[in-house]
Amino acid sequence: MADAAITVEGARKRYGGKAGKDALDGLDLTVARGTVHGMLGPNGAGKTTLVRVLSTLLRPDGGRVRVAGYDVVREAYEVRLRIGLLGQHAALDEELGGHQNLEMFGRLYHLGARRARVRAGELLERFGLADAGRKPVKQYSGGMRRRLDLAASLITDPEVLFLDEPTTGLDPRGRAEVWSAVRSLVGGGTTVLLTTQYLEEADQLAHRISVVDAGRVIADGTADELKALTGGARIDIVLRDAGQLGAAVALLPVPKESVSVDPDRRLLSAPVTDRMAALSGVVRALEASGIEAEDVALRRPTLDEVFLHLTGDENRVKEPA
Amino acid sequence: MSMNTYALTDSWTMTRRELAHWARQPVQVVVGLIFPVMLLLMFGYLVGGGRGVEGSYIDYLLPGMLALTMAFGLEATMIAVTQDLNKGVVDRFRSMPMTNGAVLVGRSVADMLQSAIVLIVLMGVGLALGWRAEGGPGAVLGALGLLLLFRFAMLWIGIHLALVAGKPELVQAVQILIWPVGFLSNALALSESMPGWLGTIVDWNPMSHTATAVRDLFAGGGTEHLAAAVIWPLVLLGVFFPLAVRRFARLSR
Repeated sequence: MADAAITVEGARKRYGGKAGKDALDGLDLTVARGTVHGMLGPNGAGKTTLVRVLSTLLRPDGGRVRVAGYDVVREAYEVRLRIGLLGQHAALDEELGGHQNLEMFGRLYHLGARRARVRAGELLERFGLADAGRKPVKQYSGGMRRRLDLAASLITDPEVLFLDEPTTGLDPRGRAEVWSAVRSLVGGGTTVLLTTQYLEEADQLAHRISVVDAGRVIADGTADELKALTGGARIDIVLRDAGQLGAAVALLPVPKESVSVDPDRRLLSAPVTDRMAALSGVVRALEASGIEAEDVALRRPTLDEVFLHLTGDENRVKEPA
Repeated sequence: MSMNTYALTDSWTMTRRELAHWARQPVQVVVGLIFPVMLLLMFGYLVGGGRGVEGSYIDYLLPGMLALTMAFGLEATMIAVTQDLNKGVVDRFRSMPMTNGAVLVGRSVADMLQSAIVLIVLMGVGLALGWRAEGGPGAVLGALGLLLLFRFAMLWIGIHLALVAGKPELVQAVQILIWPVGFLSNALALSESMPGWLGTIVDWNPMSHTATAVRDLFAGGGTEHLAAAVIWPLVLLGVFFPLAVRRFARLSR
């Protein structure tokens, strides 16, 4: 694919020898230039391993991996010229100041001393860190650190940017900061590969999403396409009286097992096929049986529901994020 | 542009990084200088008088302390490399189009510079305590060269251990082990004064050769330990330098 910024064909990586674990188990992936691609999956799905392979930190055991047109193993240097990496943990020198960090990285990108200094100033300004430029990074807040880390990965305006769980461990404000920074990059033509455990994050930022589980991509598409995978629409009904939930379930035109009931919120939720017929049928049936509803609504499934549906494992996704 | 074009500039950038750390943490730098001086004073006055030593003890002790300080440098190098590896900043370096070895070169230059400064400070304190080098300036420079060569070997052992172990817990183990290894030498007392088997170990310790050769140079005397004081560090370097470089390159496995 000529316009692909990232192509991965059958990538394999095993940790710990023969008895070890396959972190990547024949993973395939294509990311078009200038798009944001989300890699969504639980802890241990292989997302970080993939980012480390793509950013030349880790050599794959097998498969073909190309980034910005170059092979990550044989042409690692060419790849490194064209990528930026924001890892899970801040890749910064904690003892040095923000400006010192960016200047050092700029010199290592061979901008030259003067250009490195100017670029450091520009980036601090752009990420709202100009006032903190002299403070050592260890005194930065989590959000500031993340922004400086992001600034460091943008020193040379990379063609491809890898963001490995960029908002894990940040408070909502820090998360919003990082999101808006990522959004502002997309306009500039950068290709972004983003891993996340947060479905909302993938939904918000990514043009396309790959769902990863056990080292393989198990589904791939836009958020809408993925949501359609679970069978389209759902109907949500909120009753006035929780005591009538049982009676209401019996009225629904779907098998009982597919209805989820949340007594605390007096909520029934069920997948439906014919949206309009289901809606009018439910409203009429409720009226006829005298069950009072506060709200009846049709909606698309959430990515959470898609994820559960695809992995078939409820427990893992329920882990606190 | 090839990677090699930038080997020197990258190494210089990484050295500047270490020097910037010094500027950021002057207290730590000073403590690093005071600690060996403290050891020298402690053994010179508190513990006092090496077993079997004839003549002035400071003339015996100072070369021993210089060598011991170089040996303890292994620990400092290992801590610094381990911290870097565990903080993720090395990941950024490795994902950049820089000469990867520059990270290790920066470490080496900074540690060697620090060691040279420590040696000069210790010799200054030694002078104040009555130590005199009879051998003349050439011999003193030669002695410094031997000590720094020994430190350079310790440096690469330290880098290798940090890359192999990679965890702060193991740094602690090395921190503890370095003491008996350092003291199982003739830094503080003559090996002849020890039980036979112990004396044999002590005579084998590469550090003992460095300490003795430095003593001889300062005294303007014998040269029989000179060869061993040169060859031992070179042998250690021959083993650990390639091992460390290979380990560093294999961080991607």
